[in-house]
Amino acid sequence: MQLTVWTYEGPPHVGAMRVATAMKDVHFVLHAPQGDTYADLLFTMIERRDHRPPVTYTTFQARDLGTDTALLLQDAIRDAYDRFQPQALLVGASCTAELIQDDPGGVAKALGLPVPVIPLELPSYQRKEGWGAAETFYALVRALADPAATPAPREGRRPRVNLLGATALGFRHRDDVVEVTRLLGLMGVDVAVTAPLGASSADLARLGEADANIVLYPETGDTAARWLEKTFRTPTIRTVPIGHGATVEFVHEVATVLGVDPAPALAAGSRLPWYSASVDSTYLTGKRVFVFGDATHAVAMARVAADEIGFEVVGLGAYNREGAREVRAAAAKYNVEPLITDDYLAVEAAIAAASPELVLGSQMERHIAKRLRIPCAVISAPVHVQDFPARYSPVMGFEGANVLFDTLVHPLTMGLEEHLLAMFRDDFEFHDGAAASHLGASTLPPAGGVEGGDRRGKASSPTPPPPAPPASGRGVAVAANDPAWTTEAEKELGKIPFFVRGKARRNTEKFAAERGLAAIDLDTLYEAKSHYAR
Amino acid sequence: MTAMLPVLRERGQREVFCGLTGIVWLHRKIQDAFFLVVGSRTCAHLLQSAAGVMIFAEPRFATAIIEERDLAGLADANAELDSVVDRLLARRPEIKLLFLVGSCPSEVIKLDLSRAAARLDARHPATRVLNYSGSGIETTFTQGEDACLAALVPQMGATDAASLLVVGALPDVVEDQFRRTFAELGIPTVFALPPRRAADLPPVGPNTRFLLAQPFLGDTAAALADRGAVHLPALFPFGVEGTTAWLRAAAAAFELDEAHFARVVAPGRERAARAIARHRDRLAGKRIFFFPDSQLEVPLARFLAAELGMVPVEVGTPYLHRAHLAHELAALPAGTQISEGQDVDRQLDRVKAARPDLAVCGLGLANPLERLGIATKWSIELVFTPVHGFDQAGDLAELFARPLARRDRLTVSPCS
Repeated sequence: MQLTVWTYEGPPHVGAMRVATAMKDVHFVLHAPQGDTYADLLFTMIERRDHRPPVTYTTFQARDLGTDTALLLQDAIRDAYDRFQPQALLVGASCTAELIQDDPGGVAKALGLPVPVIPLELPSYQRKEGWGAAETFYALVRALADPAATPAPREGRRPRVNLLGATALGFRHRDDVVEVTRLLGLMGVDVAVTAPLGASSADLARLGEADANIVLYPETGDTAARWLEKTFRTPTIRTVPIGHGATVEFVHEVATVLGVDPAPALAAGSRLPWYSASVDSTYLTGKRVFVFGDATHAVAMARVAADEIGFEVVGLGAYNREGAREVRAAAAKYNVEPLITDDYLAVEAAIAAASPELVLGSQMERHIAKRLRIPCAVISAPVHVQDFPARYSPVMGFEGANVLFDTLVHPLTMGLEEHLLAMFRDDFEFHDGAAASHLGASTLPPAGGVEGGDRRGKASSPTPPPPAPPASGRGVAVAANDPAWTTEAEKELGKIPFFVRGKARRNTEKFAAERGLAAIDLDTLYEAKSHYAR
Repeated sequence: MTAMLPVLRERGQREVFCGLTGIVWLHRKIQDAFFLVVGSRTCAHLLQSAAGVMIFAEPRFATAIIEERDLAGLADANAELDSVVDRLLARRPEIKLLFLVGSCPSEVIKLDLSRAAARLDARHPATRVLNYSGSGIETTFTQGEDACLAALVPQMGATDAASLLVVGALPDVVEDQFRRTFAELGIPTVFALPPRRAADLPPVGPNTRFLLAQPFLGDTAAALADRGAVHLPALFPFGVEGTTAWLRAAAAAFELDEAHFARVVAPGRERAARAIARHRDRLAGKRIFFFPDSQLEVPLARFLAAELGMVPVEVGTPYLHRAHLAHELAALPAGTQISEGQDVDRQLDRVKAARPDLAVCGLGLANPLERLGIATKWSIELVFTPVHGFDQAGDLAELFARPLARRDRLTVSPCS
């Protein structure tokens, strides 16, 4: 058993729902108790979808367990087919139904429906949402792709590609697809099929007609792409065009694979290189950033942060083990310890320990950053209603690079404002609690909000409690044998901007402890500052 | 008397939360309690999704996620659970009451949580360990609170002293208002179940008279009756008339003078009536359709019909507790269509045909109905928001008026 407070991913059947909901004429019958219907609200509330997900739940109850839940399943499948008339039917079981082993695939097949029935194996006690989405998409592709499909001769037509992996509830998938399609259009490349997002089962049948497959989201699209590669010998383009540099590489890869001219797409370019070069961006240099998300977005955002904006990556991690290898490789490049975990409290502890000036993460990290009073930008699923903005806001392609420049820079205190904050520390408007003016009124919750008592001295517990937020300045109880702060030094510490104060305190205490100092005075503070200077 | 109302019994696909959802408000109400769901990743995902992802630093609930090795028998599930609880309580020593909450998977694999609770209770003397089921195969949405409170009843001390017990988790502000009113009425000893702190669990006995603050507490009421307590049947305290009737049931049980009662409640009645009146123009004559969700549907329909002039088209409820709702059903307009249970696709057909002015439904159905041009009110908001009593009656009416007021304001429409 695993003690879990918050979870980054839902169960695998939620991944299956993300695929079914993304598509046009597929219906999913899920053998599941009534409580599992909560999953509908993920789509209708978070993504503001105006239709119910195409999912029928059998909603069996305790009293059904004694009789025949398989019969209930059979009726649900038949009723769902009659009512919704899908062109393909997915059937699967959620965690509870998996235990009662009713064999949804077998039951559905026995009904002899006139459409393809695709049984899903979703091992809820081993796998999670991302895996469930990838597996469902793969199962659909395998079942529906016409094995006889083949690309038409290239003469006299534009090259055609499939865009794979975009789903419902994906982070900016809606706009990424538009942006990548536009970029390909500049090179004279057409998109044949985008799937699962917006695809019909007939679209999946003609996947084999494309000249290449582009995997936009490896987490959900790669399993299917590998099968297409093997089955149709279709080349696969795997560069994920997030950031200016990666988009340039993507354009070149497309050009090479399809034999088209990259120049028109490259000419479009993004504003990111100039924005980063312009002098106002000088203050971005070396800002310490912690990156966490799904592996693809985390690795891509770390590259943008480090290579394209000039930040220093002080932490990098992902919650999906499937992408661990890529994260490890990237972490080695930035000389940080890769954090591969889906333990929310471990992520919180790692962020607190790294004392970054900016967090790039999911909605989960946004909450952590809010508590630690660190600016944050959301760059990955799991998503929240705010991650479906009304405006066009891709993170892929050149427009995506523009969006990312803004996204990564706007949460920070702006250049001159940062100096003013430091100069007029005691000013009544520039006090610690006041956020930068462009961030609006500060409505920060009481620091921590942790209901436990002692937050220190328990580092050995399996899920370490979050350390005291660096912001509070007074919340850290000093153990008896630690060096004591003189009043003067403590006051001086208070003049240091709040977002680096925790780090300054820890560094100074470490510096003093290493030298066996009993007290920390002004000299110790500035000695330590010089010692740890970047 | 329910024979006068047509009841449509439905049995098909339901679109409702399971009883685990109650943890979202119960863990805020009992401030030193922790709720440990023994379940799957789905349970954990539900809890964080149900309330729109309200992430607290470290909430007082968590899920012990059953893994493959627990099912395969490689790990003794009980030993695993013990070690999860050991770690949890070592980390959170301030927890005085721990609920092991059963889920669909824990019930299907027949993990005996009552034995586990007894074992862990003996092992952790500073923490009381209890269990209840919030599973979706046993409980619907608010029934989780019923199961939780019913689990507390055997823990209540015995007493012969006369007291009034208010049953059901109310927001603290509302609970305090009722306490002030009861004090003014002259009822000296008033307790609440659940209490705000585990140590304040009230005593119960043959001279306990209890009022249900919520209509979904059937098991808790039965458990209290087993302890000798006497239920005071009444309308539920929504709106002027509901609140008056509910308070009067207590006043009558304590043999208080009716003139005194009328004097004490008059200011509250007047405030409530004034607050409600502001919304009457907007709501009168409007047709309302309730999807089954919280079991609050029947009392709310009664309030909206009687005090705001709304017309209930269909009043769905996941379960119709005929005894506890007897007064409510009698007060509904004649001919009101009641439906019990659900077949969501057929119910959606009915709502499309009826085209009500307002549909009260769960979060999964709201936007799809809005897209069809039907204004909605999320039922979960009615459970989280202070809506009981005189001083919340206006707020309760406003919850129903707001979606309609919003439509009146907007000059843009997705349909145009």
